[in-house]
This record gives sequence, C-alpha cells and structure tokens, in this order.
Amino acid sequence: MNLPAAPNFRAVWAIYRVEMARAFRTVLQSIISPVISTSLYFVVFGSAIGSRINEIDGIAYGAFIVPGLMMLSLLTQSISNASFAIYFPKFVGSIYELLSAPVSYLEIIIAYVGGAATKSIMLGLIILATAALFVPLRIEHPFWMIAFLVLTAVTFSLFGFIIGIWAKTFEQLQLVPLLIVTPLTFLGGSFYSIHMLPGIWKTITLFNPVVYLISGFRWSFYGKADVSVGVSLGMTLVFLAICIAIVAWIFKTGYRLRN
Amino acid sequence: MSSIISISGVTKTYATGFKALKEINLDIERGEIFALLGPNGAGKTTLISIVCGIVNRSSGSVTVDGHDISRDYRAARSLIGLVPQELTIDAFETVWATVNYSRGLFGKAPNKDFVEKVLRDLSLWEKKDSKAITLSGGMKRRLMIAKALSHEPRVLFLDEPTAGVDVELRQDMWAMVRRLREDGVTIILTTHYIEEAEAMADRVGVINKGEIILVEDKAELMRKLGRKQMRLELRAPLAAIPDGLSRYALELSEGGNELTYTYDNQSDRPGVASLIRDLEAAGIQFRDLDTKNSSLEEIFVNLVRQEP
Ligand SMILES: Nc1ncnc2c1ncn2[C@@H]1O[C@H](COP(=O)(O)OP(=O)(O)OP(=O)(O)O)[C@@H](O)[C@H]1O
Ligand SMILES: [Mg+2]
Repeated sequence: MNLPAAPNFRAVWAIYRVEMARAFRTVLQSIISPVISTSLYFVVFGSAIGSRINEIDGIAYGAFIVPGLMMLSLLTQSISNASFAIYFPKFVGSIYELLSAPVSYLEIIIAYVGGAATKSIMLGLIILATAALFVPLRIEHPFWMIAFLVLTAVTFSLFGFIIGIWAKTFEQLQLVPLLIVTPLTFLGGSFYSIHMLPGIWKTITLFNPVVYLISGFRWSFYGKADVSVGVSLGMTLVFLAICIAIVAWIFKTGYRLRN
Repeated sequence: MSSIISISGVTKTYATGFKALKEINLDIERGEIFALLGPNGAGKTTLISIVCGIVNRSSGSVTVDGHDISRDYRAARSLIGLVPQELTIDAFETVWATVNYSRGLFGKAPNKDFVEKVLRDLSLWEKKDSKAITLSGGMKRRLMIAKALSHEPRVLFLDEPTAGVDVELRQDMWAMVRRLREDGVTIILTTHYIEEAEAMADRVGVINKGEIILVEDKAELMRKLGRKQMRLELRAPLAAIPDGLSRYALELSEGGNELTYTYDNQSDRPGVASLIRDLEAAGIQFRDLDTKNSSLEEIFVNLVRQEP
C-alpha cells in the first residue's frame, strides 16, 4: 500500500502555466513598462549624464550601465513576481487548494520560483534588446552572461518567495524590496564603477552582495570587473544556498502556511 | 476495512494556545453521507482542514483509505475533494481555466470532456469563459464545487455548502450529492440547516467545543432521542392548568386555547391515554389533536445545551 509516490509533474505544470498566463494577461505591464523605463534610463543616464562621463574602464558610459540596469530590473522583478505569486493566494484564501493538493513542497517551489524566474529572465532579455537600440553592445562571455542571468533570477525569485510567505500584509510585502533591495541595488554599482568611490566607501560597498552580482554580470559583457569573477559567482551561490536553506526550513515547519 | 476515513486521537491547539479539538475519534464509512453538526466555533472546519492537509494537527493520526495523511500524503490527498466554507477563488481566472487548474494540481491528466460535464452538471457551462469575479455568490459556490469535483475525488468534504444559497440551488445541490453517493463517493458535510442533515445524511455526528459528543445512525438517533409532542386544540380557553393535571408536563399556550404535552416516545407508558382520561375527568374538551416527532434540530439543541 505504501508505494513510493510519483512526483506530481502535472501540478508543477498547472501552477507554472497559471503564473505565466498571469504575465501574458498583463502584457502591457510586463513588457511595455520595462521597455519604457529602460528607455528613460538611457535618456537620463546614457545621454544627459553620459555625455559628461564618457567612459568607465574603457567602456562607453551608455554601454557600461546596461548590465547594471538589467540586474536592477532582474532583482526587483524576481522578488516582486515571486512574492506576489505566493502572497496573493494566501491573501484571498485560495491557498487552501494548494495545501490540500497532492504536491510536495519541492514541487510548489519549482513551479512558483520557476514561473517568477522565467518572467524576469524574459524581462532581462527585453531590456537587453531595448538597450541594443541605444548603444552598441558586445557580450564577451555569452555562456556566463546567461548563467548569471538565470542564477540571479532563480536566487531572487526564491528570496521573493520567502518574503511572500513571511509577509502578513501588503506593507510587509513591499517593505523588504523598498527598504533593502532597491537601495542595495542603486548602491551596488549599476551606474558607476566602485573604483570611482572614495576609500572608505569602497570598503563598505564590499559588504553589499549586489556589488558582486553586477560586477560579475558586467564582466560577462565586457570582460572588466570591480571584483574577481570567481568571488562574484561564489557570493551568488552563497546567497542561493541561504535562500534554499530558509525555504527548506519554512517547509519543514509549515511556517505561515499551515497553522 | 469498511471505514474510508479513520481519525484517532486527533487534537488541535492553535498557535494562540486555543484548544480547538480535544480528542477526536471518528470513522467515516465508505460510501456514506455523514453530517457533522455543531454550533459556531465547535471545530468542524478545523477537523476538516486537518484531514485535508490544510491545518497541522497537534497529535493523533488520520488515514484516508488506509493512507496516512502525513506519511502517504499524496495518495491520501488525491482521493479528497474539498469545498471550503469561505468563497475563495482567484478572481481573475476564467471558470474554465480555474477548474482545469484544479484538475492538474491533483495530478489528473487533462480531460476536457469530463470538465465540461462537471460544469454542465453545475449549470456553469455558459459561464465557462467568464472571470470568477463576474459570478454571483451562488455561482461562485458552484465553481468551488466544480473545482473539487474536477479531480474525481472519492471523498468529498462540503463545509457548509448551502450557506447563502437559494432554495432552488440548494435542491440542485442535494440532488448532486445523491448522484455522487450513487457513484460511490463518500460525502462529509457540515451544515447549520439541520433539516438538510435530516433529509440527506446516513449518519450524524455532533461536535461541540472540540469534542464529538455523539455519532449515530440518523434514524436511530431520531428514534432514541426523539421526543414526541401532542397538541390539543381546546373548545374553550383555559385560564390555568387545573391542579389535577399537574403530574403531566403540560404547557398552556397564550390565550389558553392550546395545550401541549411533551413525552418520551421510547417509554412503555407515555401517558397519552391517561392524560386524555384525566382531561375528560376535569371537564376539558378538545376539538382536535395532533402529534409530531421533534426534529433533529431540537435534539441537537438539547444535546448541546446539556453540555456543561
Ligand atoms: N487560525 C486560528 N487560530 C486560532 N484559533 C482558531 C483558528 N482557526 C480557528 N480557531 C478557533 O477554533 C475554534 C474552532 O473553529 P472552527 O472554524 O473549526 O469552527 P466551526 O465549527 O467550523 O465553526 P463555524 O460553524 O462557525 O464555521 C473557534 O473557536 C475558532 O475561533
Ligand atoms: Mg466552519
């Protein structure tokens, strides 16, 4: 009677599809808005400021900010996609169905995080395509570029998933992205090289995990980095491991999911 | 093994420290309709939520068709369909999408014909492309039922399915429940409409303050606990019950036109005949007389009141 239970792939697919359908239903929001905001960044930073800065590390300023810009959106969108996807059913109560379904925690994670990560990867690529209209781009290490893209999307979708489970109110849902992630991203070297900072700030910046993501990502484009690529990759994996550990704990205890 | 659900020693203490279930032992038989009755806050939803995997129990064990709900949760849960008390659906999905989603979530292969049949049976087919948010309350309730039936459950939990549902829909719903039972589906329902339990259930369980205080075959329950009432319509109004009749539990209606005698149906000597003789002796004449069994509702209210 106790046969080993088969994984419920159909459930993973069902959840994933609903998550993707949500993105396509709000296609205006999901595609048009990043295109517009990216264009604005280029107008403001690329043209207005860039005309004075010229080059950083031998890269035209407009091109220099592209990886940081992608990371900025990737981080915030991964978090908001995943946190909302799990918070919403919790909020309206429809989560009962997920909890009563024959799905494992791992399957729930794969479906929700997979859906959120897919959306933000698509978003990253849209931004890249938009940027290509404004500045000449080159990608020296395409494999690593994709690897950083996927790794970051998955890690921060996982992080968003944790926030979505933790949050009890909409305010809490916004809190972490607003108070922690956005500042860290802006201070993470999206728009400048950390070598441009005065001494003490350069050291402080090294405690900001986002610095490593952006630096590694920029290296995959131009072969130039603020910190070594190995360290970048290592830091990303450490953060991923922390998120996985938290999620494992949440699911072991049913934290804020099952009373 | 005839019971399909076996609940033994289940307790639940919520994080607030509130003990919602004290120690529940309950077996649900295969293919029956079981009505769980209890006042607000008795623990009905808590118990259902534990069996369905939504709430973690504090102790005890539950099996569904022999599958432990923790160790063997996939097998246990895939047998169960749940229609919760609250209307909770993703408002932006269409009826069609949300019902197919439920089927997928429970690991069933896509089957458009089956889903269509479920929607037709619940008169939701015309609404299949509508978003849930545009449905009326009764339609939403049916959509919740459709979601639960979409994955062909062998056990169906209906947590107050007819709350806020009009008479016609209620009839349809009970017809559906009977059809499901004919197909061998076990049905556990909670309701505040006791006449429904009376009309539908094979067995009745009464829960109060987290304890099952009675589980009984419905007919047996009615027989055992049934009290009968005899109503006498008097020819002339009485000002007070005469002293000679004080040994009967009589009630005089306002205006004095009606006497009601409540007696135990089970007793060998219910006292009906002697009451009539004594009435005659007292010179009280009546025009008409009727008797009725007390309803499950009265039984229920009595039971719950008796609890300390
Ligand atoms: N999450 C929770 N935390 C703390 N207490 C809870 C929680 N959920 C329910 N309770 C308490 O547990 C008790 C049983 O609740 P439950 O919802 O099971 O009752 P019920 O029998 O379904 O009532 P009703 O007929 O009103 O639906 C109630 O006193 C309720 O306040
Ligand atoms: Mg309830």
